[in-house]
Amino acid sequence: MTMLLEVSGVSVTFDGFRAINNLSFNIGKAEMRAIIGPNGAGKTTFMDIVTGKTRPDEGKVLWGDKSISLIRMSEAQIARAGVGRKFQRPTVFEDQNVFDNLLLALKKNRSPFSVLTYKKSGEDVTKVEALATEIGLRDQLGRKSGELSHGQKQWLEIGMLLAQDPQLLLVDEPAAGMTHEEREHTTSLLVEAAKTRAVVVVEHDMEFVRRLNCKVTVLHEGSVLAEGSLDHVTANQQVIDVYLGR
Amino acid sequence: MRRESFFARNPSVVVFLLCLAAFTLVVSVMSEGAGAGLISTSFIKTLGKTLCLCLVAVAMDLVWGYTGILSLGHFAFFGLGGYMVGMWLMYQRTHDIVAASMANATIPPTEQEIVDAIGTQIFGVVGSSEFPPVWAFADSLVIQLALVVLIPGLLALVFGWLAFRSRVTGVYLSILTQAMTLALSLYLFQNDSGLRGNNGLSGLQNLPGVEASQAVVSIWFLWASALALGLGYLLAAWVVSGKFGSVIRGIRDDEARVRFLGYSVEGYKLFIFVLTAVIAGIAGALYYPQAGIINPAEVAPIASIYLAVWVAIGGRGRLYGAVIGAAFVSLVSTWFTGGQVPSVNLGFYRIDWVEWWQVILGLSFVLVTLFAPKGIGGLFDLLAGRIVPNRHGADYGPDKGSFQEAEGRE
Repeated sequence: MTMLLEVSGVSVTFDGFRAINNLSFNIGKAEMRAIIGPNGAGKTTFMDIVTGKTRPDEGKVLWGDKSISLIRMSEAQIARAGVGRKFQRPTVFEDQNVFDNLLLALKKNRSPFSVLTYKKSGEDVTKVEALATEIGLRDQLGRKSGELSHGQKQWLEIGMLLAQDPQLLLVDEPAAGMTHEEREHTTSLLVEAAKTRAVVVVEHDMEFVRRLNCKVTVLHEGSVLAEGSLDHVTANQQVIDVYLGR
Repeated sequence: MRRESFFARNPSVVVFLLCLAAFTLVVSVMSEGAGAGLISTSFIKTLGKTLCLCLVAVAMDLVWGYTGILSLGHFAFFGLGGYMVGMWLMYQRTHDIVAASMANATIPPTEQEIVDAIGTQIFGVVGSSEFPPVWAFADSLVIQLALVVLIPGLLALVFGWLAFRSRVTGVYLSILTQAMTLALSLYLFQNDSGLRGNNGLSGLQNLPGVEASQAVVSIWFLWASALALGLGYLLAAWVVSGKFGSVIRGIRDDEARVRFLGYSVEGYKLFIFVLTAVIAGIAGALYYPQAGIINPAEVAPIASIYLAVWVAIGGRGRLYGAVIGAAFVSLVSTWFTGGQVPSVNLGFYRIDWVEWWQVILGLSFVLVTLFAPKGIGGLFDLLAGRIVPNRHGADYGPDKGSFQEAEGRE
């Protein structure tokens, strides 16, 4: 299977602190992956590098069939290339309603002039409604997203991610602050998404990771400590020492 | 989903345009130019100028209220628009006068002699008689009118490209825009800038080749300003109403998120910055022929700060708020600084409103920011019963109270 994303030998230093140290990471085209690790292991920095927010000091980040380097591309270009990102804190446009949030994310030409002359087509409305149904916000379309509950905002953000139709979803702690039922819904959304695209989930909650039932990568001090099934990595003595034991 | 027309989705635009048309009509009928003579020509000019200020306030609201870029330099574009049209007005009028006086000479003057005489007339005040290169097209109305749009647009394009590309945001951007307008003002103050230094351009109220009296000309400019404001408002409302508006409000609220959705935030900011600069330039080009004079003090940093104050007091993030703020504050300001308000004698101190008006303005800005962040425009929410939470996204509503705005201006 060809890889969708190949990160190899990446290092990045902030003021002398090595946040990422010779990290290598691959993910295939329709794969779910969970990344776990203690605080400061470099999980968020890893996402920053892939999405273009942070430039690595060295190493390669290659994308897709043509192995395009993502390193010189801007955040917006990378997003258009097919990388979607969900932040830890739910970031939706609170001043706008659910429909507009989803429409904004819907995969379309992003240039100012084409957006200026954009006319809402019936097809787009149908797509937005289908997405809203999938994330359970069908009845909330006209509501301002700032009024939604925490869990609903998280789903809206996942919905926006899906609307972008990315090949790779980077999801940072999707289950944080959610109730039990909300977690189950979130799990099924992500599992469904991983059938057609790559999904990388950063999560602290082991129970949630277990439910995702996927390959796990453990990060520690900016590099990969262990990789494999959850049972495999949790049996690893090093992982127990640096992460689980604490 | 039901497809509705632009006006059906934005009823406030219709209300605004009707108010503007009614206002213009009423003022015209009552003017000296139309014969009724209830409103003096100088006040017609004040109202016409106010409409231009409303237009630049709409531009400011687009760039600040909707996109979240607190530009404190938009009066630079306003002033440049004024200079561009002023150059033609001054050149052509001087040309007419010089040509008329020389026509009586026994030997008819050559074209070069006329041009030299114009140069002496215009630049004598700065000790020169040569036309600087910037006046190359001053004899062509068409080119100067094109420059009204092109020069502010180009300056905004270059400045915006440099600033946005470097991801300068927030207060740093505001300071940069202040520096821009300060630099422009200082440059224009120099005699060798080619635009008559601190004298500026004057006599702009006289339209070359027009025999009509100022009373009539003032009405023309009132109409032109009202038309420009109406069109500018319509354009701005169209820009902010659709998906584009959604993107720029997204940029205002969370720039990084918009970027990760794949939108080129810098491109959008640049688009809005240039568009608003062009609108400001057009507003300035209509303003200064009514004011009669433009000098570098007009683009001083404080002017752009006032613009932000108007929009804040009127209520940013809604276009009619910007219009109301600009109209209300600038008219009240005219009233206070006109010296017609009786001073208050407290016995131990005499409150002279010309000076104290600044204090009132500053104080009301602080109070509005602290206690009524929606500004005067927020009152319409109260009237329409749409107090928090308002669930309709953009702050457009069937603003029944909009008639107050025309009252406020009259």
